[in-house]
Amino acid sequence: MSRWPMPSGCCSAARTAEVPTMSAVPQPLGPQAHGASPRRVGWRLPRAWVPYVLLSPFLLLFAVFGVFPLVFSLWLAFQSWEPTSGLASMRFVGLENFVFALQDEWFWKSLGNTGWLALVSGVPQHLVAIPLACFIHAALRRSRNAMVGAYFVPYITSTVAIAILFSSLFSTDYGLINAALGVLLPGDPVDWLNDPQRIKPAIALIVFWRYVGFNLVLYLAALQTIPKDLYEAAKMDGASQLQQFFYITLPSLKPMIFFGVTLSVIGGLQLFEEPFILTGGRGGSDQAGMTTAIYLYRMAFDFNDFGAASAMSWLLFVLVVALTWLTHRAFNPRRKAD
Amino acid sequence: MHAERLSRLSAHLLVALGALIMLAPFYFMFVFATHSRTEIFSLPPPLFFGDDFANNLAILTDKLPFWRNLGWSLYVALASTLLTLLFCSMGGYAFAMFEFRYKNALFALVMATMLLPSFMNMIPTFMIMDLLGWIDQPRALYIPGAASAFGIFLMRQYVAASVPRDLLEAARMDGCSEFGIYARIVLPLLKPALGTLGLITFIASWNNFIGPLVVMRSPEMYTLPLALRSLQSPVNTEWGALMAASAIATLPLLLLFMVSSRQLIAGLTAGAVK
Repeated sequence: MSRWPMPSGCCSAARTAEVPTMSAVPQPLGPQAHGASPRRVGWRLPRAWVPYVLLSPFLLLFAVFGVFPLVFSLWLAFQSWEPTSGLASMRFVGLENFVFALQDEWFWKSLGNTGWLALVSGVPQHLVAIPLACFIHAALRRSRNAMVGAYFVPYITSTVAIAILFSSLFSTDYGLINAALGVLLPGDPVDWLNDPQRIKPAIALIVFWRYVGFNLVLYLAALQTIPKDLYEAAKMDGASQLQQFFYITLPSLKPMIFFGVTLSVIGGLQLFEEPFILTGGRGGSDQAGMTTAIYLYRMAFDFNDFGAASAMSWLLFVLVVALTWLTHRAFNPRRKAD
Repeated sequence: MHAERLSRLSAHLLVALGALIMLAPFYFMFVFATHSRTEIFSLPPPLFFGDDFANNLAILTDKLPFWRNLGWSLYVALASTLLTLLFCSMGGYAFAMFEFRYKNALFALVMATMLLPSFMNMIPTFMIMDLLGWIDQPRALYIPGAASAFGIFLMRQYVAASVPRDLLEAARMDGCSEFGIYARIVLPLLKPALGTLGLITFIASWNNFIGPLVVMRSPEMYTLPLALRSLQSPVNTEWGALMAASAIATLPLLLLFMVSSRQLIAGLTAGAVK
């Protein structure tokens, strides 16, 4: 009997009395736990290597397309580079790109737009999704799945196709939205897509439409985990429906609200596709629909300044991290005693 | 009691009305796909199906290599789904069932990138693809996509919850090779999770806009979202054709959703619910 009895690839017939390596109890094994055996036909992979082999395709891609781009982008943020004259023309410029970004009027404007859109599209998502989830949870049985599906389906559809559809619905003279508005409250048609005052609400509406169902599903999942006896006890004590909502439901939902708001913050600050399509890729008149993600795309691919664009992406990333942290703080206030 | 029933009824109506409003854009997308540009922008706008769909398709295929674009979307989505399922099931299995050095640090690193905003990778990814000579190559879309942190997360959770360690040990005792264990024991047990991850990956790839926007340059190589975008112009947009293309891009997703909504919803919110 050889030490490595079977050519690999067979499960059935290989029972041998002295397979010495694998014990029935899984143990943590370091890479050096088994001596390497000579490479030959029928050679069997030492168990300690198995996880590395299993992970290697993923890790290779993850390193090249997940981690390396980040390092590369950080490095780029400190370089000045003319893309047309090759990689050799890069030179280190210190913080120049960051200084440029922070003094750039459009950068600040794009941050303002992004923040406005994140708030106006984000807050209503939760204000609508929470009561809606409570209602569906309490009142719907048979129609529940269909109803949840209807609210959720915008989340999985092509953003570009939907943004294009909305740009026709929002068009000034013959768009469906103005036609409907004209019936309800007659007045001059609103120039949604070209008026700097109107483009942002139009974008926010699409974003709200897209994500409200996702939040609904999160809150429904959380509602199912609240024990029923809590409500029974509250009813016995004479608590009204409203009191039950504020003293049982809302506190129980808090961890999920934190999670949902965090996702909204992260998602809201990287808003790109809807405003990109609605403004034809340029940011709209007076840059009113230009989010920071669009601006850094344009900085790189329209204005050919990859260094400044990378610096802006890192500044925006810092903002994302800071706001996520603030959200965390708001939901988990540090107790004085700690 | 009467007042309470009335308020209940109005709540039901309100929620149903909201659902209709959520679905209305899809309805109008399909309605507009069957009307000409002048009909779409007449007053009142069309509310029911017309008969210009074939005409819109003719305009569409005249302006764009539309079937090619559709084919690339399908090809990239299928390739990226296949690779993601293979690599993430292997990786998730390794993370769930093996002990190895740096395991926890590595897993934390992968998870950290899950929440990383997509704009962070946009510029360096373009430069890497440029260096590799992958601009205008479909593999520039499906190969990076296969390194899905979410996929690793989903697979690891599922393996840990549903693959019994004893079974693997028994197979080892029987002399089954490690590859055999993965292929004949782990993979079959993972079927439901593979289905979920496959759906999610397919949809994400089908809808991906930023990726192709950065690496696909020639219209023959566009995927659907880029093709749609290229039909947009400040003047004289062919709205009928554009709506037909949007409807064709949306229909497969709606069908997929109809047959798998529960599985999809559960998978997409898997990160939230332990």
